[in-house]
Amino acid sequence: MSQETLRIQKISGHAGSVPGEGTQREFTVCKLIDTTTCIGCKACEVACMEWNDLPFGETVFDNTYQTMPETRWNYWNLILFNEHEREDGTLMWLMRKNQCMHCAEPGCLAACPADGAIVQYTNGIVDFQQANCIGCGYCITGCPFDIPKMNPKTNRVFKCTLCTDRVSEGLEPACIKSCPTGCLHFGSKDDMKDLAEKRAKQLRDHSNFPKAGVYDPQGVGGTGVIYVLHDATQPEIYGGLPANPHVPWSVKLWKGPLKWLGNVAMVGGLIGLFVHYLRFGPKDGEDEDINPGGAKP
Amino acid sequence: MSASEQVVPRGHILRYTLRERLTHWVAALSYIYLLLTGLAFWSPWCFWIAAFLGGGQVSRMLHPWAGLIFAGAVIYMYGMWAPQMRHTDVDRAWWKAVRYYSTNQDDKMPPAGRYNAGQKFLFWGFFWSALLLLLSGVVLWFPEYISWNLRYLRYLAVLIHPAAALFTIGLFMIHLYMGLFAERGAFGSVIRGDVSAAFVKRYHPGWYKEVTGRPASPRK
Repeated sequence: MSQETLRIQKISGHAGSVPGEGTQREFTVCKLIDTTTCIGCKACEVACMEWNDLPFGETVFDNTYQTMPETRWNYWNLILFNEHEREDGTLMWLMRKNQCMHCAEPGCLAACPADGAIVQYTNGIVDFQQANCIGCGYCITGCPFDIPKMNPKTNRVFKCTLCTDRVSEGLEPACIKSCPTGCLHFGSKDDMKDLAEKRAKQLRDHSNFPKAGVYDPQGVGGTGVIYVLHDATQPEIYGGLPANPHVPWSVKLWKGPLKWLGNVAMVGGLIGLFVHYLRFGPKDGEDEDINPGGAKP
Repeated sequence: MSASEQVVPRGHILRYTLRERLTHWVAALSYIYLLLTGLAFWSPWCFWIAAFLGGGQVSRMLHPWAGLIFAGAVIYMYGMWAPQMRHTDVDRAWWKAVRYYSTNQDDKMPPAGRYNAGQKFLFWGFFWSALLLLLSGVVLWFPEYISWNLRYLRYLAVLIHPAAALFTIGLFMIHLYMGLFAERGAFGSVIRGDVSAAFVKRYHPGWYKEVTGRPASPRK
């Protein structure tokens, strides 16, 4: 904990300075998911549960291979299976490993009112500190990817940590470790971006996927998890991956102009009333008779 | 209650019945709790209030329940007071002359009834804000049960809740200022229930006539 705090560059609901603000780090970490080589084996789902000691929950069968409809507070890593009909009428099976995207500008952190419940380390990982979580669920509203999930028993919110405990020891996240096809990669953002672009070019030039590309949405400042997609022009077909995710405008309005205006109005109001009293005083002036509880008869 | 029962000993006039006073204090105390915990969630600079009141988790847990109590009290007030809060011609004249009111020249004000136009505004402001706060508050109470398709409800709620709350804070500050500092005798009226005849003559001359049957003589 003690040394960890020095590596924190953003803290939710925090008044004053941040311990690791302005510290320089050579690179931020990044997970690359190549959806074109994912075979949907779910080894990453199992590895995630094993490493993070998540209790087993019931799966939901909905006539697909998908383990359950969406991630849960105790199921952070879920492969989404989508059958997609291409323009030429042929069928394509899209498999996307869904988890926290570790945004550079996280909406969950912006919305969170609890001091230190959400932090962003200087390596880019966005992590929830459940000890500080108050269970308000504002992070659920702030997230453009529908990732934070509430544990109804403890009223704390959970999500993928990008195995920050492993990463801080120089290991790769558990999901990466388990992937048998090599569709998952882990490294610096620059290296992963480079690798992803090369793979996308390969898909465009040699594999008949002219729209292949990299998903690294700039609306949230880029993400610590990037995808290679067969069709980067339609991320929605991959189980609703938003084309242009951003922190909801209402959250921005609430934490920006409304907060500013509200604070000015409240402080201004207090000062105004105080000055008004100094200038005009109480209404009854010298008339003592109108005060029934007054000392004078 | 008939007018004669409102004249209590020592020439005082009963302004608020026990039922009215109790309702007021249920609303007031729950509002103060909501205000303090709400401010803690509003700004990191106020988060210490949550620690002071038992911690962030406890504040988050109790805030919605206090909200239900407050909303209940306000809705009860609606049943109790709404007929007396209707906007009248005197109120229109009152707003035109509000600059005299705010500079303590009350003798230049049109004769207000039991409630003057400002008090009516406070009532309706709190009533409509409480409804908005209740509706948006229910959404914020259970965000995890609002499905992804209905997320716009959450987006609306996080804006409406603080905006309505800020509006009530403005009303609340003026209400406290008037009741505690500006109109001496007003605070006592919501504790003991009665005010002096002079208080009623000065601030609610219309009501004075209603209660005593005598016109309020001009001041001084």
